Amino acid sequence: MNRHILSVLVENQSGVLSRVSGLFSRRGYNIDSLSVGETENPKISRMTIVVQGDDHILEQIKKQLNKLIDVIKVAELDVHQSVFRELALIKVKTTMAARASIIEIVDIFRAKIVDVANDTLTVEMTGDEEKIEAFINIMAPYGIVEIVRTGLSAIERGNKEIKKYEED
Amino acid sequence: MKASEAIIKCLIEEKVNTVFGYPGGAIVSVYEALRKSKIHHVLVRHEQGAAHSASGYARVSGKTGVCITTSGPGATNLITGIASAYMDSIPLVVITGQVRSDMIGRDMFQEADITGATESFTKHSYLVKEANELPRIMKEAFYIAATGRPGPVLIDVPSDIQDARIDFVYPEWVDIRGYKPTLKGHIGQIKKAAKAIAESERPLIVAGGGVTLSHAEPELLSFVEKTGIPAAHTLMGKGALPSGNAHYVGMIGTHGFPEANAALSKSDLLIFIGARIADRTWGGASEKLLENTRIIHIDVDPAEIGKNVGTQIPVVGDAKQILLDLNEKVESKNTAGWISEIQSFKKSGTRKETQAVNPKYAIKLLSDMLSDEAILVADVGQNQLWAARNFEDRMGRKFLTSGGLGTMGYALPAAAGAKLAAPERQVVAVVGDGGFQMSMSELGTISANKMGIVILLFNNGRLGMVRELQDQVYKATSGVDLDKNPDFIKLCEAYGMKGMRVSRDAELEAAFQKALRSKGPFVVECMVDAHESTL
Repeated sequence: MNRHILSVLVENQSGVLSRVSGLFSRRGYNIDSLSVGETENPKISRMTIVVQGDDHILEQIKKQLNKLIDVIKVAELDVHQSVFRELALIKVKTTMAARASIIEIVDIFRAKIVDVANDTLTVEMTGDEEKIEAFINIMAPYGIVEIVRTGLSAIERGNKEIKKYEED
Repeated sequence: MKASEAIIKCLIEEKVNTVFGYPGGAIVSVYEALRKSKIHHVLVRHEQGAAHSASGYARVSGKTGVCITTSGPGATNLITGIASAYMDSIPLVVITGQVRSDMIGRDMFQEADITGATESFTKHSYLVKEANELPRIMKEAFYIAATGRPGPVLIDVPSDIQDARIDFVYPEWVDIRGYKPTLKGHIGQIKKAAKAIAESERPLIVAGGGVTLSHAEPELLSFVEKTGIPAAHTLMGKGALPSGNAHYVGMIGTHGFPEANAALSKSDLLIFIGARIADRTWGGASEKLLENTRIIHIDVDPAEIGKNVGTQIPVVGDAKQILLDLNEKVESKNTAGWISEIQSFKKSGTRKETQAVNPKYAIKLLSDMLSDEAILVADVGQNQLWAARNFEDRMGRKFLTSGGLGTMGYALPAAAGAKLAAPERQVVAVVGDGGFQMSMSELGTISANKMGIVILLFNNGRLGMVRELQDQVYKATSGVDLDKNPDFIKLCEAYGMKGMRVSRDAELEAAFQKALRSKGPFVVECMVDAHESTL
C-alpha cells in the first residue's frame, strides 16, 4: 500500500465535504487525512487528501472524485516537487523541574509554546508529518495530555498551479 | 412570481408534459402551481411507484422522467426507485418538498435529510437555500440528469422557498466547471481499437445498456454488419441488436446463454460498448479469460473503465458517436468460421411436460404474438430471466428491467410509465407473485388512468429464484412460501380490471389474444410449477 497526496479543487458549498468523505467510506478507500479551506478564489475550496492504496485504487479514487459535480480538479502531487506542512497543538504534562528540558526540546524543533499553566505546556508545531511524529515521541515520556492535528496541507514548488493542470 | 410557479415554468421550459407524484404538506405550493398548468400529473399510490414510473417513462420517451413528492416519508419512499434508476443510468429529476428552511435540522414533522440519504445514488443533488437560484438549479438538474452518463438528480425545496417571490429568468445555457462530460471519443484510441479489430481472429461485441441509452442501435447494427463481428449483450443491453440478426449471439452472464458465454471465453478480442462489466455479466466467464483476450472498453463514464475488468484499449465517450467514428475505420472480416463455432455451443433444451404453464414457452408465444414496437417490462427474479431469455428483440422493440439494483416491484409502475410515454404501443409487464405484491398498489394508478397494459403474472406461490438458490445450496428452503396468496384475478377485478387464469400451455394463446385485444388493463395469471427452473 502506497501513500498518495491528492490536491482537489471543489466548489466552496455546503455538502461538498460530505460528498467527498462519503465517497471514501462508501467505496472502502482508506483515508489518512483530509484538510480543506478556501483558496485565492472564495468560491473554490482546496482539499488535501492523503490516501493509501495501490495504483488501481488510486486511479479509481481520482475517477470517482472527478465524477462528483462539485469537484473541479483532482491532481496527485509529486512528493519530490511539493511542500507539505501540518499543524499540531500538543498539550504536555509538566512540573517545575521538567519545564526547562521541555522548552529546550521545543527550541530544537523550532516549535512554539502558546500556553503555559502550572502543570501543562501547550506547544504549537508546524512541519511535515515525520517532524511532528518525532516531536510527539520525544514528548511522550513527559506525558501527553492532548494532541490536535490539522492533517497535511500541500502545495507544489515553483510556478506550477493545479488549476492549470491538464486532465489526466 | 412565486418560486413554486417558477418550478412549473421550468418544467414547461424543459418540455415536460407528464410528472409522477404524490402530494403532501411540504409541497402543496408546487401542487397549486401544477394544478394551474397543462402538465399531466399522475397520482401514484406509493411514492416508490413515482420513481419507477418516471424511470419507465424516461426509458421509453428518451426524455428525463420527473417525479414530485412531499418531504419526510414522501421523500424516503422514493429512495429505492432513485437507487434503481441510478444503477441503470436512467435520467430523472426528482423534486421533493422540505420543511421550512429556518426549521431544518430541528427534526420537524415530516423532516428527513433526503439529500444526505440519497447522496450515494444520485448523480447530483441540491438543497435549495435561495429561491432566486431555483431556475439555475432546475436548468442544471435537467442538464446533468440527461447528459454524459445519465442518472437521477434530486432537488429538495423547503416550503418557505416555494412561497418566496422571484424574478423568473430561465437561463439559456449551463456552465458547470466541474462537469464536462466527454462525448467524442479520442481519435487515437479509436484508431487503436480499429487496429485491434483488424488483427483479431475471434472478436466478440458485448453491448450494454449504454447502447440503448445513447440510441446507438442503428450504429451498432452498421458496425456488426460492416465488420461481421458476432454480438452478444448484457441484461441491460437487451434490445441493442435484433435477435434475428445472423451475428446475434445472445445474452452473456450468470444467467446468459451457453453459446454467448462460450464465445466470451474463447474470444481473443472483446469489444464492450456502454457496459459496466458488472459481476453478473462477467460471472459467466472463466478465470483464465483475461490471459487470452484483449479488451476494448467503450463507455461514457471514465470511472467504469478499468473498475471491474482491466482493459487494453479504453475509449471514453458516447457510444453513438464512437461507433459512428469507428465504423469509418473498420473493414469487413471473415468471421464465418468463428460464428459457426459459437453456434455449435448452443444447447437445445428439451421441454419437460408439467401439469402447469411453462413460463419460457409462455414468453416465447407472447413474443411471437406481440408487434414489432412492443415494450416488455420485466420485474426481478425468475420471471425477469424467463422474459430476458425468451422475448425476441426486434429493432423498435424495448425491454426494460431493473438490472443493476434488481428491485422487485419495478415492473408494474415502470410499465405504467412506459405506457404513458407511448400510449399507442403494446406494453406488457411480466411479474411474479412476489414482485406483483410489492407494487400492486399501482393497480390503482393503472386502472384509474385506463392504461391498456397486459400484466403477465407468473404465480408459483413462492419466491422462485430464492427457492432455487436455497435448493441448490442448502437442499432446503426458508422463508419463500407465499402462503395465502390472494385470488389475483378477483383482486384485479376489484380494481375494475379484466383477467384470466391459465393453468395449461394450451390455454395461453386464447388468453393472450384476449389480453391484446382488450382496451383497458388485462391480467393473465399463469399457474407455474413450484419447481420450475430459471434457465
